[in-house]
Amino acid sequence: MAEFNTSVKEQGAVSIINLKGYLDAHTAPILENNFVDLIEKNRYQIVVDFKDLAYISSAGLGVFMAYIEKIRDSNGDIKLSGMSDKVYNIFDLLGFPLLYEIFKSESEAIKKFTETK
Amino acid sequence: MKTKKLKVKSRTENLSVIRDFVSKSAAEAGISSDVMENIILAVDEACTNIIKHAYGSVPDGELIIKTKFTQARFEISITDYGRSFAPETIPEPDLQKYYRQRRVGGLGMYLMKTLMDDVKYVSIPGKYNEVLLSKNIKVAQSNAG
Repeated sequence: MAEFNTSVKEQGAVSIINLKGYLDAHTAPILENNFVDLIEKNRYQIVVDFKDLAYISSAGLGVFMAYIEKIRDSNGDIKLSGMSDKVYNIFDLLGFPLLYEIFKSESEAIKKFTETK
Repeated sequence: MKTKKLKVKSRTENLSVIRDFVSKSAAEAGISSDVMENIILAVDEACTNIIKHAYGSVPDGELIIKTKFTQARFEISITDYGRSFAPETIPEPDLQKYYRQRRVGGLGMYLMKTLMDDVKYVSIPGKYNEVLLSKNIKVAQSNAG
């Protein structure tokens, strides 16, 4: 069975979701729940770190599409960081870099939120 | 020519089983890891679509995945007995439009077409559906000329 898990931490107003393992149609609901929880808590400044993510399919990409509008309407954003070349290529094929800010490291993504406040 | 076959139920938890199967078959064919990753993703997308759309997420449908390789081509066929499907009715995704409409379907088909050299659909209503994916393999020693 595909191994996937997430961990959520907070740094000031920014919430960071770390992804680990394989994100596919089976495991995408785990990440969906993370977004739902954060939105319920009115935490709209979200960094998703991909450093430990081995694999993503379009079902995983769909999760980002599902919540981005709601989050931006609440003056927040989802910023992405730490993608491997392999994962970035899939985002790139689908034109995601036009829709999301992507950073090399988690700390750069967090910094962007604090700068633009 | 070598063929392998995997039969699984239409459950998303089997996507990792399918990926492992394709990975092993592709490794036996001597396919490079970059190309292998693209093939694995394309097969995952095809099977995800079958589970969600052909079987409507009902978990006891059947998926039969067959791989076949020759020196120049790696082919995967995926057969299901769910609802038939007309691929020409699925438009190419427009991501900006998707963003506005919060729609996420259609991305998988687009990825399959982009990642593979050939994607074909056969749908015999009431009988079976088949997706055929193929990737040309660069042969290290060529006898071209």
